[in-house]
Amino acid sequence: MNILVCIKPVPDPEKYGQLKIDEKTKRLVREGIPAVINPADKNALEEGIKLRDLKGGRVFVLAMAPEFSRDKLIEALAMGADEAYLVSDKAFGGADTYATSYVLAAAIKKISQGIDPQRDLAFDLVLAGNESADGATAHVPAQTAEWLGLPHLCKVSRLEAGDESENAFRAWKRVEAGKAVFQVNGPCVIAVSTEINKPRLINAMGIIKAKKKPLTIWSNEDLRLDEKTIGLAGSPTQPGELITPDLRRASIDLGSDAEAAADEIVKIMKKAGV
Amino acid sequence: MNFNFTEEQEMLRTAFAEFVKEDVAPNAAKWDEDDYTPTELMPKMGELGILGIFVPEEYGGVGLGHTERVMALEEIARYSAGLAMMVFTHQLGMAAILDFGTEDQKKNYLPEMCAGTKICGLAVTEPGGGSDVAGQKTTAELADGQWIVNGRKCFITNSHIADTTVITCKTGEDERGRASFSAIAIDKGTEGFAPGRHENKLGLKGSVTGELIMNNVKVPEGNLIGEVGKGTPIAMKEIGEVGRASMTAIAVGILRGCLEDSVKFANERIVYGKPIAKLQAIQFHVAENRVAYEAARLMLYRAAAVKDAGKPATIEFGMAKYFATDKAADAARRTIELMGGYGVVNEYAAGRYLRDAMACISSGGTSEIQKIIIAGDTLKKF
Repeated sequence: MNILVCIKPVPDPEKYGQLKIDEKTKRLVREGIPAVINPADKNALEEGIKLRDLKGGRVFVLAMAPEFSRDKLIEALAMGADEAYLVSDKAFGGADTYATSYVLAAAIKKISQGIDPQRDLAFDLVLAGNESADGATAHVPAQTAEWLGLPHLCKVSRLEAGDESENAFRAWKRVEAGKAVFQVNGPCVIAVSTEINKPRLINAMGIIKAKKKPLTIWSNEDLRLDEKTIGLAGSPTQPGELITPDLRRASIDLGSDAEAAADEIVKIMKKAGV
Repeated sequence: MNFNFTEEQEMLRTAFAEFVKEDVAPNAAKWDEDDYTPTELMPKMGELGILGIFVPEEYGGVGLGHTERVMALEEIARYSAGLAMMVFTHQLGMAAILDFGTEDQKKNYLPEMCAGTKICGLAVTEPGGGSDVAGQKTTAELADGQWIVNGRKCFITNSHIADTTVITCKTGEDERGRASFSAIAIDKGTEGFAPGRHENKLGLKGSVTGELIMNNVKVPEGNLIGEVGKGTPIAMKEIGEVGRASMTAIAVGILRGCLEDSVKFANERIVYGKPIAKLQAIQFHVAENRVAYEAARLMLYRAAAVKDAGKPATIEFGMAKYFATDKAADAARRTIELMGGYGVVNEYAAGRYLRDAMACISSGGTSEIQKIIIAGDTLKKF
């Protein structure tokens, strides 16, 4: 079973307090904030590795990101992926989810061609996190599936692969009334939620082995996509106005008389409608 | 000169930090409070490659060096100096087997120790003193293909949990009539070999420290580590380079705890309507914590790089251990002072940092012993 997992390097969610948005470009200022593999993508990778270990085959990882994110691909290899691809080009910058998914789909097709040019798609399954911790649109997996012409499921919290002859997957997802179970034939795109599993920790031997695994970096010279369809130019949506809420904390000296201070606190709370 | 870690080392640090965040940080205060040794984490640390990181792959290790080993210890000690103490003592015994053991001994002992399914220890100190190696009273006599070991070791880390302990003992005299010592591996459960008193320590709780009692313990002759009469160099090398490196790494972890906690507290504590970080007196404390941490860290990794280059590093680690443990105690006290009343509340870790740092000063050779070693080298070189 060939599985491709899309991963996205995102600023460490634990450092979001330090994140700023450039008011002119409306982009995140990521300098000084360490990147991590998007948490839900790590769940997707874990699921891919588990399926591969169960059914055999290979796990490929793919990211569209700046070239300095190479270490996140190595991290994915250290976790257990077999092969990694990074598509990186200034021309991809400023992409919305539409343009991002277009590039990812093109890269998936190109990787597939390298594996088996006879097949429309050499992957049985494309996995991704349901949403990224930074953008959180949850658009990309479904959009990628549409570009590839594949069936897709989102918010999957449990996944099972059927017998090889079936080439089918059973996927569970939470719905308002409980859980719904879907059966979908591969190849398909499945976006997983973080509850699906607990990603394994990387071990030292995995890091050493990762250095010997193939990592390919492609620019748009390799993908040959029309520049009007990628990056900022290929993005039909653009960020609107930015409004920063005033979160300053007021400090009021209530004096040293505890009872009077308590009365004052009650008054303030009532006035605030607490 | 390149002061940067490699990409691989940075990834290892991140991996170690993730383990620590998940399994160590949330439990460290409780382990300290209960003086509980989390041996159940050993297989997980084995699986992550922490325990055998410096051991060649053929013996179940990862095949990296001591830089990576102390890096893991620093990460663990950032939250639990006690657990780091347990881990490094395990590695100390493993290092003796790796550096001086026979091929059979390495193949017999190291894979399970790397995996964390067996725990190791090294026992040198006796009631008469730790650094006075020649004053050891424990003896081993060879009779009918077995060593008969008698004596008592004290202040031994992993005393009550080790499956195998490498002990040093007097096995005869040299040609000048001086006592000569050998190293012998004794397995748990060997008749006459038992842990004694379990010490109630000031700090480094979470690691067991206690006595080992040997009463006519019969050990196979093949358990000798290294050559007969060469036990002292084994103890000196491993304590001097692996032990002191590790104590330095633990102190650097404590220093980082002091630095991070003092910055967090200074930014969050509001007095007179503003964070105390705006006050110059507090800034001085923070700056001193930063300088102490950075300097100790540089000394640690420089010494580790010297060892990984295959050069003798006893002096480098002696200097690093003396400096880092001393500065860790200073920084812990400073952090307590910076936090005012909160500093002495055990809900905050600053008090634990001070207890742990003080315990580090006497472990692996006191500061005075380090200064004697450093002075001896300095007077020859300068």
